[in-house]
Amino acid sequence: MFLIYCPYCEEERAEEEFHASGEAHIARPLDPDSCSDKEWGDYLFFRKNPRGIHHELWHHTVGCRKFFNITRDTQSYEIKNTYKIGEVPKGEIK
Amino acid sequence: MQRYSGLGLLKHAMSHHQNWQRVWRNPKPKASYDVIIVGGGGHGLATAYYLAKEFGITNVAVIEKGYLGGGNTARNTTIVRSNYLWDESAHLYEHSMKLWEGLSQDLNYNVMFSQRGVLNLGHSLQDMRDIQRRVNANRLNGIDGEVLDAQQVQEIVPTMDCTANRRYPVMGASWQPRGGVARHDAVAWGFARGADSLGVDLIQQCAVEGFEIEDGTVTGVKTNLYGTIKANKVGCVVAGNSGVVAGMAGFQLPIESHPLQALVSEPIKPILDTVVMSNYVHGYVSQSDKGDLVIGAGIDSYLGYGQRGSYPTIEHTVAAIIELFPIFSRVRMNRQWGGIVDTCPDACPIISKTPVENLYFNCGWGTGGFKATPGSGNVFAASLAKGEMHPLAKPFSMDRFYSGALIDEHGAAGVAH
Repeated sequence: MFLIYCPYCEEERAEEEFHASGEAHIARPLDPDSCSDKEWGDYLFFRKNPRGIHHELWHHTVGCRKFFNITRDTQSYEIKNTYKIGEVPKGEIK
Repeated sequence: MQRYSGLGLLKHAMSHHQNWQRVWRNPKPKASYDVIIVGGGGHGLATAYYLAKEFGITNVAVIEKGYLGGGNTARNTTIVRSNYLWDESAHLYEHSMKLWEGLSQDLNYNVMFSQRGVLNLGHSLQDMRDIQRRVNANRLNGIDGEVLDAQQVQEIVPTMDCTANRRYPVMGASWQPRGGVARHDAVAWGFARGADSLGVDLIQQCAVEGFEIEDGTVTGVKTNLYGTIKANKVGCVVAGNSGVVAGMAGFQLPIESHPLQALVSEPIKPILDTVVMSNYVHGYVSQSDKGDLVIGAGIDSYLGYGQRGSYPTIEHTVAAIIELFPIFSRVRMNRQWGGIVDTCPDACPIISKTPVENLYFNCGWGTGGFKATPGSGNVFAASLAKGEMHPLAKPFSMDRFYSGALIDEHGAAGVAH
């Protein structure tokens, strides 16, 4: 059970208010018309899926309904920090 | 190998069961093997067994970082069925079902396969249309299936609330009589015993930490205990850790690892003699031979490798079961656990060659791999032995995520295990 700090509501809320929406910082191709099948496949389907530190997108589904990012350890489940869309996480993106 | 029989049981009873042979050896690994299987769960052990039995390749090692069958094989809800929608997956799971039907005899080990039937409930008109479509597809593929209305469902499961005034009324179901449950541990142990007796080395408590790759071809695996062990071919069957192991070989998989939880109740007297699953209220339940209700539902939405999930998911699971079976509302839950499932974008497995020559992966079974254990091992063994993918495995290549030939089984696999 997570207590998640929503950077928009600026409060800790119960996990049930949120929904995990997968890996964060996946940039949509800038020139989709010229993408190869390989590039489309990588963009749509292939994920880092790390055991350890992971930057992920969460949705405050029954709260402010905004998307934001969480840095979390997928082994210990510890939440390192949360930050707004457009911000850069502490430490580099792996 | 000591064969098991009723007479043998009687004989050993005379000596107070003190003289049973060990079920498998605990060997030190050799310097090299024809094939190394990474991962000693059901699928990995089945692969080793069929490699030895059907293809005569006995110079094989299974390397397991924990103990045999201690991952998802020990953590699933043991449901077996083959009523998948699309031809590719229906053929694969039906291949598995046929192997299940003779498995106890084949292995000389009772896997307690009980064909008690599987109900997939429908709670809306669209559910029922989808069920009709899926049952029709199943029958065209030679898989047994029937569409039942609410009355017929009620006759099969008298304890379920099939009245029309529920919030999610049971409108009918698909019914696969050949489906059922099997004893999960026995499946791993039976395959392990069979493989061991044919000469396969089962190496436990030994973790694979990397691969030896020369010119894009795998030549061995690096282990924490025994250094590098050489191999001509390597097959990885590591379920939730597939992404991590693929990373060791330098490529990515279209897989995300999620916790999937299950729970069992205190043992109660026989009350449910079939398997009930519902995609709509999102839960499934059966009763084990011990008497406990075996309950499961959906994955936790976040990535995780911790073999545990969150409490709200358990609450939703139990709520779904109570919606179907108000009679269970006072039953106390006994144990709860989580396994790490390797989910694919199209809810179908990956049985495939990889960018590294002679390195094969069998993964992505997600939430429903148990039912496929014998079939998966069988086609993966054939692929490893011949160096080209078995016809049933071909559509499940990794390339489908680039070609676009996905096999979208979310409808039939959505909640189903």
